[in-house]
Amino acid sequence: MSATPQTGTGQGASGGVGAYLKNNMRQYGMLLALLAIMIFFQIMTDGTLMKPVNLTNLFLQNSYIIIMALGMLLVIVCGHIDLSVGSVAGFIGALAAVMMVDYHIHPLLTIILTLAVGAMIGAAQGYWIAYWRIPSFIVTLAGMLVFRGATLWLLNGKSVGPFSKGFQSLSTGFVPDALPFVAPALGLERLNALTMLAGVVIVAVILWSAARARARAAAYGMADEPFAFFIGKNAVIALAMLYISWLLATFRGVPNVLVTMGILIVAYMFITNSTTIGRRIYATGGNEKAAKLSGIKTERLTFLTFANMGFLAALAGLIFAARLNTATPKAGVGFELDVIAAVFIGGASMSGGVGTIVGAVVGAFIMGVMNNGMSILGIGIDYQQVIKGLVLLAAVIFDVYNKSKSH
Amino acid sequence: MVPILQMQGITKTFPGVRALDNVNLTVMAGEIHALVGENGAGKSTLMKVLSGVYPHGSYEGEILYEGRPARFSGIHDSEAEGIIIIHQELALVPLLSIAENIYLGNEITRRGVIDWPETYKRTEALLAKVGLKESPQTLIDSLGVGKQQLVEIAKALSKRVKLLILDEPTAALQENDSQKLLDLLMEFRAQGITSILISHKLNEIARVADRLTVLRDGATVSDIERDAITEARIIRDMVGRDMAHRYPDRTPKIGEVLMQVEGWTVHHPQHADRQVIRGCDLTVRKGEVVGIAGLMGAGRTEFAMSLFGRSWGQKISGKVTLKGRAVALNTVSDAIAAGLAYVTEDRKALGLVLDETILRNTSLANLGAVATRGVIDANRERKVAEDYRSALNTRTPSVFQKVVNLSGGNQQKVVLAKWLFADPEVLILDEPTRGIDVGAKFEIYSIINQLADQGRGVIMISSEMPELLGMCDRIYVMNRGAFVGELTRDEASQERIMEAIMAADGRELRVGGEV
Repeated sequence: MSATPQTGTGQGASGGVGAYLKNNMRQYGMLLALLAIMIFFQIMTDGTLMKPVNLTNLFLQNSYIIIMALGMLLVIVCGHIDLSVGSVAGFIGALAAVMMVDYHIHPLLTIILTLAVGAMIGAAQGYWIAYWRIPSFIVTLAGMLVFRGATLWLLNGKSVGPFSKGFQSLSTGFVPDALPFVAPALGLERLNALTMLAGVVIVAVILWSAARARARAAAYGMADEPFAFFIGKNAVIALAMLYISWLLATFRGVPNVLVTMGILIVAYMFITNSTTIGRRIYATGGNEKAAKLSGIKTERLTFLTFANMGFLAALAGLIFAARLNTATPKAGVGFELDVIAAVFIGGASMSGGVGTIVGAVVGAFIMGVMNNGMSILGIGIDYQQVIKGLVLLAAVIFDVYNKSKSH
Repeated sequence: MVPILQMQGITKTFPGVRALDNVNLTVMAGEIHALVGENGAGKSTLMKVLSGVYPHGSYEGEILYEGRPARFSGIHDSEAEGIIIIHQELALVPLLSIAENIYLGNEITRRGVIDWPETYKRTEALLAKVGLKESPQTLIDSLGVGKQQLVEIAKALSKRVKLLILDEPTAALQENDSQKLLDLLMEFRAQGITSILISHKLNEIARVADRLTVLRDGATVSDIERDAITEARIIRDMVGRDMAHRYPDRTPKIGEVLMQVEGWTVHHPQHADRQVIRGCDLTVRKGEVVGIAGLMGAGRTEFAMSLFGRSWGQKISGKVTLKGRAVALNTVSDAIAAGLAYVTEDRKALGLVLDETILRNTSLANLGAVATRGVIDANRERKVAEDYRSALNTRTPSVFQKVVNLSGGNQQKVVLAKWLFADPEVLILDEPTRGIDVGAKFEIYSIINQLADQGRGVIMISSEMPELLGMCDRIYVMNRGAFVGELTRDEASQERIMEAIMAADGRELRVGGEV
C-alpha cells in the first residue's frame, strides 16, 4: 500500500490505493471490465484477438460506432436521445456515392458538402427538439424513418460504387511510413517506424501532461489521488499504448481512421471536461430549469448538440461507405442501437447529466471486442445478439448498484 | 389517558452513523403530539421505524402500539393497524382524480371491477369530513398545495386511521390554509384520532399540541406538557443553547437608490389575457433589505421571476432602472450581467443540479469567471468553491460531494454561494429559509445581513411574517398581483400587514373585481 501522506482535503475516507479504487469504482469499473473481456477472448481465441491484423481490423470495424458515440454522449448527457443516426449515416453515405459516382464531383468537395448536409440534418432535428420542445425520441424516430426512406430513394434500391482510391483512404488507408529506412537498419523484417515513433511521442505527451496536472493540483493543495495509484495508472496506460503501437507498427502502421478517431476523442474529452460549453451541457441535462435560471441558454445548447450529432453521423456514414467501397441501402441499419448501447455501457444516465467520453469509448470497445471475439470463435449471430443484450443490461445494473451503494 | 404508542429505547444505526440513540416516545390516545428537532435530528428516521419502512429487526428497542408489541415489516403492516403517515412531499398522482387517488391501491371493487358509484359516494363523504369542496372527479393537478394536503388527509381517513402522522404539513401552506389544517387536526382530536405533528413552525405547535417531544442529534431531549410549551423553551431544547435573538442584529447603512422598478405588469404564460402582476413599483437602496409579504398566490414569486430575465409570464411591460440607468432584462443572462440574482424558493427543482457536486453548482452562474476563452481552470474553480464553503460554513466533507447528499440548510448555502459568486448588486431571495432548521436559519440571516452591509440591495420574499419583520428595513405588501401597502421597519407588524391585505381584498370585492 501507499505510504504517501494525504494531501488536500481528500475524498472522505480515501486511504491507500485500494480505498481510492473503491471510491472511484464507477470510473474504473468499465475499464477493468474491458480488460477482462480482452484477456478472456485473447485466451479463448488462442491469441488471435491481439494479432496485429485483427487489432487493425478491430479499429476499422468500430471506428464509426465510436465516432457516433462521441456525439451521442453529448446528446444523452443533455437529456435527449437520437435514434436517427444510423439512417443519417446511411443517407450521407448514399448521398456521397451518388455525388461521386453519378455526378463525378471531387471526393474532397463531396466530403465537405456531405458533412455540412449532416450537420444541417442534425440542426433541423435539433430545432424542433430545442425550440419547440418536441420530445427527441419522436423527432429522431421520424428522422430515422425519413432518412431510411431517403436512402432507398437516392440509391433506387441498388448499391452504388466503387469509389476512387482517394475516398477509400478515408477508412482503409494507412498513414505512410515516413521512415522506411529504420526497419532494415534494426534488422527487422517489417516495422512501421513512424507508427512506433508516434506511439512513443503520444505516450510521452500523456505522461508529461498527467505529471503537470498533478503538480498544478498539488500546488493548490488538491492532489487527492494516491501517488502509487497515479504511477500505476499511468504506467498501465503507457504500456498499453506502446504495446498497441508495436502491434500496429508490425502490420501496416496506423490506419487513417485511427488518426481521425483519436483526434476526435481527445477533442471531445477536452470539450466535456474543460470547457464552459461542455459544463453547461452537463448542467442542462442535470437540471434544465436550474441551468436556465443560472443564465445558461439551454435551447441553443440542445440545438448545437444535435447539429454536432448530425455532423458526426455524417462522418461515420462516409467512413462506413469508404470501408465497404460501396453505398448500400442497408448501410447504417441498427447502428443507432450499438451507439446508444455503447454510451449507456459507458455509464451515462438515461435521465441526463451523467456520462463521460472515456466511458462511451470504452463502452464501444466492449461491444466491439465482444463482436470480434465471438465472431472469431464462430459463435452464431443469434447467440451474439443475446450475449450483447445481456452485457448491456448487466453493465447498467452494475452502474445502478454502484450508485445506490454510494448514497 | 392511556398511551396509544410507546416507542422504547429505539436505536437505529446506518453504516458509520448512529441515527437514533435510545429514543423514547410516548403518545397518549387522542392527543396531538408534536415532534420537533433540527433537520437531521432523527424525526423522519423515527417515523420510518414506526411505520415499518425500516422493518422490525433492523433497529433495537421495542414498539408498543395499543398496548401490544408491534413488529411491522413494511408500510402495509402499519397501515393495516391504522398508522398513516402523510409525508412532506405529497404522494399523489397528478393526473388522476381525487377519488382515484384516495382509493389508489385500495380500490372498492365488486368481483375485481371498480365500483365507481360507491367510490364517488364515499369520496364525497370523506371530502365533506375534511372540508374540501371539490368534485371527486377533479384532477389533483388542478388543486393547490393546500387542497392536495386535504386530499392526503381524506386518503388517510379512508384507511380508518387511528394514529395520523403529519410530516411538516404546513411547510408549503399559507397562513390561512395552515390555520384550516390545524383546525381540522383539532376536530380529529375531538373524534378521538391521535396525531403526531412534525413541524418547524413553533407558533403552530404552541397553538395545537397537547404534548411535545424534542429530538436532538438522534436522542430524546425533553418531553414538554402543554402548559409548559413556549417557543423559547422549544428553541433552547432544539439547538441546545439559548437563542436570545432569533434574528442577528444589524445597523442598517442605507445609501442611494440601487434599483427601481416602475409599472411592472405581467400576464399569465398560458392565458395571455390574464394579468397576474399589475403595475408594481418597487425601490431598493444600497444596503437595504426590502421584504415582500403576501399570501400564497399573491404573485410574489411571479413578480420576482418575471423581473429576473423574463423567466415567468408573457407580455411583460414596465421599466427597470439599475443605478440610474434603464436596463432591458430580456434574458436571464441579461439580468445576471446587469447585476441581478434570484435565489429560488424551490431549490431542488430550480436552484441546484442535484446530481452534480458542490463545486460545479457553485460556479454555474458565473462560469466565465473561472475560465479563459471558454476553457475552465479546474484549480481556480476549486479555489472558488472552497472559499465559499468556508465563508458560508457549508458543512460537507469536500466540495466534491454531490449536493443531493446535503441537508436543506447546506443546499441553500450552495445556492447562495452560486449567486454570491455571480457578484450581484441586487439579490432577490425567495423564501430563503423554507424547510431549514433553526440553527441554519440564523446563519442564513447573518449572511443576508452581511450582504446588505457590503452595500448590496436585498429583496426578501417570505411567507413567515416574523422573519420579514425581524429582517427587513421596509416591507411591501402584495395582494393579487399588486403592491397594496408599504411599511417601514417601525410601522410594520403582523397586524398591519394583514390589514393591508384585507383592506385590498375589501376594495376588490366592492368594485366587483375577479375573485
